[in-house]
Amino acid sequence: METKYYIPLGQLCKYYQVEVSFFDELDDVGLIEIATIGEAPSLHEDAINRVEKMIRLHRELDVNAEGIDVIFNLMDKVKMLQEQLNALQERLKLYE
Amino acid sequence: MKYIDYYKVLGVKKNASQKEIKNAYKKLARKYHPDLNPGDAAAEKKFKEINEANVVLGNPENRKKYDKYGKDWEHAEEFEKAQKQRQQQGARWSGGGGTYSDFSESDFSDFFSSMFGGGFSGASAGGGRSRRFRGQDYNAELHLDIKDVYKTHKRTLTVNGKNIRLTIPAGVKNGQTIKIKGHGGKGVNGGPNGDLYIKFAITNNTRFKRDGDNLYTTIDLNLYTAILGGEVTIDTFSGKVKLKIKPETQNETKVKLKGKGFPVYKKEGKFGDLFVTFKIKIPTGLSAKEKELFKELAKLR
Repeated sequence: METKYYIPLGQLCKYYQVEVSFFDELDDVGLIEIATIGEAPSLHEDAINRVEKMIRLHRELDVNAEGIDVIFNLMDKVKMLQEQLNALQERLKLYE
Repeated sequence: MKYIDYYKVLGVKKNASQKEIKNAYKKLARKYHPDLNPGDAAAEKKFKEINEANVVLGNPENRKKYDKYGKDWEHAEEFEKAQKQRQQQGARWSGGGGTYSDFSESDFSDFFSSMFGGGFSGASAGGGRSRRFRGQDYNAELHLDIKDVYKTHKRTLTVNGKNIRLTIPAGVKNGQTIKIKGHGGKGVNGGPNGDLYIKFAITNNTRFKRDGDNLYTTIDLNLYTAILGGEVTIDTFSGKVKLKIKPETQNETKVKLKGKGFPVYKKEGKFGDLFVTFKIKIPTGLSAKEKELFKELAKLR
């Protein structure tokens, strides 16, 4: 596997066919952290998974950066609640 | 093969305008989008259905064809004619636009394929298609017995034809998911690989119930040991231990055996506790002599 830690935004924009301004908006609401590597604004490869999700939500459901932030917060909450539910269900087995 | 009522799928009337169809599709997409329903197979299926309906009804040309032949689905003749016509026309279909990114040919139903042909691919499906750069994440479920996860062990898994040697730490919990970085699908154009997620399903047929790192079990105790005290040998997960019973032990008494529980995940050498509940067994089928002695005891109280 070729290791690339940071990917220039220019490359991502071309690839996903999105404007740089979209990444700026995501950066503004704190959803991503744009790092400057050399001269080029770049994203860490670990952020790509989330970014692709953001692009899909934006493109397929017309959600803007603020909306994506809300969705991510709620999804985190859902995940946490699901984990709690799982733990509670496990605990319930004690009484079965 | 079943006829699919795409109007019903989107919940619109047969005479709905293109705008109404678009709105209905968007509304359902907001509800069933896979990114909003991770791990929900039912939502994913529904999402594929509404996408297919949108590809057909969202495009006036496709819709016309569907309206013409779709309703006569059960009349094979009509359908054959439609198929012939399709072949003559060279199966040219255009997308509804704005369809889901990961949509591929295999995501369409048999009904769709036989009516609209197999030449329809995700690539042509849409205007606003988002591409993937990073490889896809893979999800796998690993079924293990609780005895397997009492000790750290190595295991070779085959995921999508590739063997992955994996160390499974002791103390993995039922329903827990671990991420194996970079073992998902390959990235495109030098993009990062996806990850592999393994969810553990752990069955437990032992007499120990598990809650996190602690184990729970019940032990039958005979009446005389409970009253007079003594010693019993009990099974723990890792072997037998001798346990002192205090005189006058009550029914349902719980004792904690420190460190006799389950291993703590990723904390080598650390264990939870084992909780033993005593169930006192009252003797049955008493002899005349026993009854007499119990009566005497009762009088003393």
